[in-house]
Amino acid sequence: MKKFIPLLVLLLGALYLGSTLIGPRTSTSFDLAGFGRLPILANGRLKPLDTVARNSLLLFQGRQTVVTPAGVQITPTEWLLDVYFHSDAADRYRTFEVVHPDLLALLDLKTEDGDGKKRFSYLEISKKIPELERQARLAGPVDSAVRTTFQKAVMQLYGALVHYQRLKHTLAPPTTEDFLAELLRFQKLLPTGVAAVRAKQAGKPHDEETAKAMIELGQRYLFMSETTNFLAIPPTPDVAEDTAWQTTGQSLLGAFQRGSVDSSVLAYAGLGYAWRQRQPEQFNKLVELYHSQIAKRFASQLAKSDTETRFNAAAPFYSSMSLYVAALLIAIFSWLKWPDILGRSSFYLILLAWLATTAGIATRMWIEGRPPVTNLYSSALFVGWGSVGLCLILEAIFKNAIGSVAAGITGFATLLIAHHLSLTGDTLEMMRAVLDSNFWLATHVVIVTIGYSATFLAGFLAIIYVLRGGFTRSLDKASAEALVRMVYGIICFATLFSFVGTVLGGIWADQSWGRFWGWDPKENGALIIVLWNALILHARWGGLIKARGLMALAIFGNIVTSWSWFGTNMLGVGLHSYGFTDSAFMALTLFVASQLALIALAVRPLTKWRSFQSM
Amino acid sequence: MSDLIRQFRDFFVSLKLTVVLIALSIVLIFAATLDQVNLGIWAVQQKYFHSLFVLWRVGDIPVPIFPGGYLIGGFLLINLIAAQVYRFKLTAKKSGIWLTHIGLILLLVGELLTGLWQEEFALRLDEGETKNYSESYRSNELAISETTNPKFDEVVAIPERFVARGEPIQQGKLPFRVVPKIYYPNAALAARDANTPGAVPTPATTGIGLQATATPLPLTYKQNERNAPAAYIELAGPEGPIGTWLVSADPRFPPQSFEYAGRTWKIAFRFERSYKPYSLTLLKFSHDRYAGTEIPKNFSSRIRLNSPDGRDDREVLIYMNNPLRYAGLTFYQAGFENDDKTTILQVVRNPSWQLPYIACSLMTLGLIVQFCIHLAAFIARRRTAPSAVA
Repeated sequence: MKKFIPLLVLLLGALYLGSTLIGPRTSTSFDLAGFGRLPILANGRLKPLDTVARNSLLLFQGRQTVVTPAGVQITPTEWLLDVYFHSDAADRYRTFEVVHPDLLALLDLKTEDGDGKKRFSYLEISKKIPELERQARLAGPVDSAVRTTFQKAVMQLYGALVHYQRLKHTLAPPTTEDFLAELLRFQKLLPTGVAAVRAKQAGKPHDEETAKAMIELGQRYLFMSETTNFLAIPPTPDVAEDTAWQTTGQSLLGAFQRGSVDSSVLAYAGLGYAWRQRQPEQFNKLVELYHSQIAKRFASQLAKSDTETRFNAAAPFYSSMSLYVAALLIAIFSWLKWPDILGRSSFYLILLAWLATTAGIATRMWIEGRPPVTNLYSSALFVGWGSVGLCLILEAIFKNAIGSVAAGITGFATLLIAHHLSLTGDTLEMMRAVLDSNFWLATHVVIVTIGYSATFLAGFLAIIYVLRGGFTRSLDKASAEALVRMVYGIICFATLFSFVGTVLGGIWADQSWGRFWGWDPKENGALIIVLWNALILHARWGGLIKARGLMALAIFGNIVTSWSWFGTNMLGVGLHSYGFTDSAFMALTLFVASQLALIALAVRPLTKWRSFQSM
Repeated sequence: MSDLIRQFRDFFVSLKLTVVLIALSIVLIFAATLDQVNLGIWAVQQKYFHSLFVLWRVGDIPVPIFPGGYLIGGFLLINLIAAQVYRFKLTAKKSGIWLTHIGLILLLVGELLTGLWQEEFALRLDEGETKNYSESYRSNELAISETTNPKFDEVVAIPERFVARGEPIQQGKLPFRVVPKIYYPNAALAARDANTPGAVPTPATTGIGLQATATPLPLTYKQNERNAPAAYIELAGPEGPIGTWLVSADPRFPPQSFEYAGRTWKIAFRFERSYKPYSLTLLKFSHDRYAGTEIPKNFSSRIRLNSPDGRDDREVLIYMNNPLRYAGLTFYQAGFENDDKTTILQVVRNPSWQLPYIACSLMTLGLIVQFCIHLAAFIARRRTAPSAVA
């Protein structure tokens, strides 16, 4: 009976992953998924509205859930629909996180009035927007690295509000009761209206009222086009360029020349009408029609946008995180009881979680058409992926659950880091021209990131050695020796990859900037990792360190790697400082302190180690 | 072998020294990286890496506080070579280590040569403009040219350090002495209204200096800024002073013409120039952004390359990751300005640029070989002793 437990765990895990692929059940009859799949061009990339909704919410409040004042939880897409078409309702949703006490005081808000003591609605904030704008003007010129926490909070909230305004002007002006009716009137008025305006400009007789109405509409649409940068309207058939999308406002201004309102603008206005009037049938019909209309020209882009929507809903990295935690607990428990069964169970769960992250990373690569690592966020994903991959190999060889524990920790930790990095906006960014080279991204960046993974892994294996050997009696001689071999082997691997990766970086730099080595912070960080690994190996070969020394140095490797990964981005100098990190400094400091404490534990005399006292 | 020599040899051969040197280099690189925020990349390289000691100024006296890049690198080189000679036999088992170490020796030598030989210049071209020189990123020069003959200019270029020294300069081609009166390593320019009674007094007696003044600024170390030195220069002929000019290396500050001894002259403080036996013309600079954003997608310069001997007359396209290599120089797309009308190319001379490639190939190969040898041994051990599995 017991031997079926691992298979049962595997089955449960697989069922859990499978369940995430089935979309969430909604109580409404509106085709929200269909609407979420519609593409829009934002930040240089065609993406589904679903992604826009989720990223905006992450930017505003660090989470994707929205609860209406009535206490009903709505999906990100429903929230976005309200922002687009029913903004007086959306203005009341508490979706803006404000925590800085001085900023709260500035906005005349009290912590206890907010949802979860930190979230406030646009309506509550809007009274103080002029003051916030003034503060943003004061903080804006200050270099982002030296801003105070208050200035950072001001800029963050101000940025969020600007983004919110852009959203509100994306498909319709936020104040109109019935935008569809307005557009139909505009459409009808266009021929006579344009003639009237022309006549007025030429000083000829004209219908003053029509001309005035036309000019007012023109100003209104001009304002709309200037307020947003979301390009929602696909290019008209006569425009050859596929990327020539327009804002709704621009398209409406274009209508003055074309003589007709673009059908996409009308489709969105119709969707807005159906949404406000709560007419799901009409809404769903329009979504379907509009989708098939775009599909004529943008079939391949729509395929990506559809996949991205499913990817968003499935949230593979989130499920992997849960699986890693479960596997970690089971693996630790396996050191106490049923090593074989629990060890195998946790191995299966790690494998499942790793496959889920692999699928997630592969999907991102396909959507973006890029190698896996393109920014700090994806580097976190990939460091975790590489490290867990190595752990799976270790566990397959050694079968002592050490690999699974290390996999659980590193897998979970890197996904957690990735989650925090995702709060700044879309994680599928466009590549800046400097970095736009798939060849080098695929070689240098990937290999150097695997080097990071391996160095981290050696450090976490060493932590397991220190904690398990120091505080439990469970680290027997065989496991201890196995751990030493694992750490040594992984450091060899890390040396190889970090060195080759760094060298490839040098070649890339020589190819594009004219020098092999420029002593840029990120380059130095990578070099320090190589040197540190080389130091450990040479100290080991020279007999300068034994098991505990190896562990202590390997743990210090965590500090070295985290500094190279994040610390160098905080310096804000050099060609490489594209990874934008502002608030991670505290986290890094705490991490370094914890690692130093672990090193102190590692170098205690053997007599203090519980596992080794009996030896 | 005497004891002393043996000890000496053992010191240089030892792995302990290796470990200590690696540790020192890590500290050096780390400190240098942090200091970049204050000094900028170039000054940091001079202070930390291209030096024997890192110097700390106590008052006016520089005190060595840490071994510099040349010292650590030099010891590492000796350590490596000594270890190679005395410790390792050339066997198949050690072949990976041999390759890695020889590669590392080459890499260290290459970095030394790069530090000594590499030169970097910038080439700014407006659309349609032709230039046959590039300009230094850091150095400036005081150029005094005789422009009497319309066919050519005769230029005397005085490096900035002579201007900084402030001593009178006598040059055979100039019929006057050059006397730097005041020199600011970095200066701001301000307009001056000479007609108002309360105008700021100026040392200048002629030229633009009557309408503008220079005030000293602190030196900048930011990567995207450069120092614009200014100076008040007096020219003095045998019969006495001709006049005092204000000159500035600020690109907005034009050269000033004057007449002396029946000839026409021009005086300018400018970025140090490096002339080439060929010319480059910017035909078109392109800069694409991603739709609806300011994120640069790519930028490229279409250039016409012309050599007076007529051997080269062709168009080249320089863009990101695709430089032009010509006549021992490499031209990289480095930036743009002036509303996408001006391209900035980086021009690099580095005669030893192949060394890192060779060195790194050797090291990579060596590491892979050694890693595979270890891995094979590990697998073989596990095959023969499966009971060792816990």
